[in-house]
Amino acid sequence: METAKVTGHEPNLPSNKSKMNPSLPAILSVFIWGLGQVVNKQYIKGLFFFLIQILVVAIEVFTGHYNALSEGFYLRENGGFFLKGFWGLVTLGTQPRTMGITGLTEGDHSIVLLINGIIALIFISILIGIYYWNIKDAYKVRKKLNETQTIQTSREYIRDLWDGMFEFIVLIPSIVMLTLISLMPIIFGVLIAFTDYNKFHLPPTKLVTWVGFENFVNLFSLPIWTHTFTGVFVWTFVWAILSTVTCFFGGLFMAVVVNSSRVKGKKFWRTIYILPWAIPSMISLLVFKTLFNGQFGPISQFLVNIGLTDERIGWFTDSHHPNIARATIIVINLWLGFPYFMALMTGVMTSLDKEIYEAAKIDGASKAQEFWKITFPLVLASTAPLLIMSFASNFNNFNVIYFLTEGGPSNPNYQFAGSTDILITWIYKLTLDNRMYNMASVMSILIFLVIGSISAWNFTRTKQFKEEEF
Amino acid sequence: MSTKIQTNKKGFNFGSALLTTLIYILLTIVAVIVLFPIIWIVGSSFGESTGLANATPIPTNPTIMHYKELLTETKFSLWYWNTLKIALINMVLSVFLSTSAAYVFSRFKFKGKKFGMIAMLVLQMFPSFMGMIAIYILFLNFGLLDNHMGLVLVYAAGQIPFNTWLIKGYLGAVPKALDESAMIDGATKTQIFFKIILPLSKPILTFVALTQFMAPWMDFILPRLLISSNEKKTLAIGLFDLIKGQTNQNFTMFAAGAVLVAVPITILYVWLQKYIIQGVTAGANKG
Repeated sequence: METAKVTGHEPNLPSNKSKMNPSLPAILSVFIWGLGQVVNKQYIKGLFFFLIQILVVAIEVFTGHYNALSEGFYLRENGGFFLKGFWGLVTLGTQPRTMGITGLTEGDHSIVLLINGIIALIFISILIGIYYWNIKDAYKVRKKLNETQTIQTSREYIRDLWDGMFEFIVLIPSIVMLTLISLMPIIFGVLIAFTDYNKFHLPPTKLVTWVGFENFVNLFSLPIWTHTFTGVFVWTFVWAILSTVTCFFGGLFMAVVVNSSRVKGKKFWRTIYILPWAIPSMISLLVFKTLFNGQFGPISQFLVNIGLTDERIGWFTDSHHPNIARATIIVINLWLGFPYFMALMTGVMTSLDKEIYEAAKIDGASKAQEFWKITFPLVLASTAPLLIMSFASNFNNFNVIYFLTEGGPSNPNYQFAGSTDILITWIYKLTLDNRMYNMASVMSILIFLVIGSISAWNFTRTKQFKEEEF
Repeated sequence: MSTKIQTNKKGFNFGSALLTTLIYILLTIVAVIVLFPIIWIVGSSFGESTGLANATPIPTNPTIMHYKELLTETKFSLWYWNTLKIALINMVLSVFLSTSAAYVFSRFKFKGKKFGMIAMLVLQMFPSFMGMIAIYILFLNFGLLDNHMGLVLVYAAGQIPFNTWLIKGYLGAVPKALDESAMIDGATKTQIFFKIILPLSKPILTFVALTQFMAPWMDFILPRLLISSNEKKTLAIGLFDLIKGQTNQNFTMFAAGAVLVAVPITILYVWLQKYIIQGVTAGANKG
């Protein structure tokens, strides 16, 4: 608590003789919120805590069916927002809805129960925070009173609180949005991995149940899942590495060439090369998809016309040669991705200290040595974090894969995946096309582990992390 | 092949001239590869035929038929307006939320600050997909499905963590002495925010605003999931549906649509290039 300013009107202070053990008001606050504050003569604060407790009880009572307790208390029938929320989270429902003559009967919808349960849980954690604050406050105020004989009036306390509140008031909209739209869905997503929520157990006519780590075990023990997972996982890594490396060196190469003293009209060339970055990627990808269309696309036609191939190449559809599709994607991605690195490296190279080059020249370094010993290490050092970020974003590059091939060519050995599917597009198919929510969720957790550890490692190397008081 | 030092001028040098020629040939080849798809799609949009098979980069009899078709036969102009609206609201909302949060995190000490920063860092590492079903059901319950506000909320909320970190990193480099002296002069925290912090962070705000403005134009998954009616589609969905499947019958209409979307955005991008490169570099230092 802030130091209490001793103002003109001090409340009636208890005399030195009657020092109260600070645990007493704290214990009172454990049972009735705010009671300890009242004993400490902070009435308004006490009232505030008490009203919150009333509010919690009121929400629970009015959202439940506490008027129908004649047959005893059952969480499912009588529980309110909090208690039924808990019940739902634990059981995920006990009675599925069934198809009767007049339509669906009443029953439990496991997924709605799960989400309500999570929301109730989030609320309860906030309330536990307030509850803890209420007890700790009662203890601290009394302890301070015993030591210094001063007490903060509620009014002073509120003013101090208000001064300190600016930060929280500003943050509240962000916190609310993040809690509902990021945190809650993520908790839901993680929990789904431990259920059997898939096309065989779809609410409302079926119930979803908790299955523990069964999905994780299946992923690594059922051959069809293991085979698909290994294939997709390896390709995801190959894709992420190759796409990042090709764009990095492609960008570096073009930056060096355009930067060369032999080239005139640098601005002209750079403007042309920056175009693939500036054009919305989804549009360029769809254009490439049609350019490389196996049946009607102009590229296949051109190759046939000049006699290079006998028949049209099904770039993205030849399931006998999936590597054609894979290579094509990487080449197209180079078109899309090199300008980004080119722009960055041009910036880095123009900011390099010219004196280093002068010195190198005096020492008799060749052009190649200058590049490999000076330019390259310096550029690499200042773009390394971007290289890692680029790897992470390629790892989850939904757009390139989905818009070019939709994961194809089809692969009969894979479970719900094609030969160019990476984890994120596989998850998309599992979720939206095949309703294997639980497996999709398992995969999301694995992606998080990969991306999370890479980002965390990357982050610990940054300036902000090392210097920050944060 | 290196860069900074002027080559020594000893008159005509055959090897050097050859190298220069090779470099120009290389530059031209890359330029052709870069420009070909662009010219091809623009050409196709003005071409006479409708199918993909007969599309050519340089149309013999240019026509604006496909543009007319696109505007009359599909809801293209409505999709355009929807996307523009979503992009603008998202931009304003995101910039406001993340700048104010970054201001608070960078300038004040308060309980839970460290926890908040780390929580945001962790939040942004989850694939955004993961919670989509939950968002779907949440929106179903709140009547936000097939609703543009719902989309905006998800876009804005999803980017708060990243943008807050980014702007906070930038504000860390803005001297605190400026707002401290303003505070001594009696300025309130709100005044400092609007009069000092906002003007000073213009470069990073331009970057955040631009990326937030761009996101809805190209995002596919979210509107696919949340938007169901044809009238409420965004451009990404509308364009994708035009060339769905292998037949590509509406290819030229798609080409016209692609040109109409790409031209303004490309100009915007090239124009604001400087800010984008700054922003990306700042993002890297943020981690």
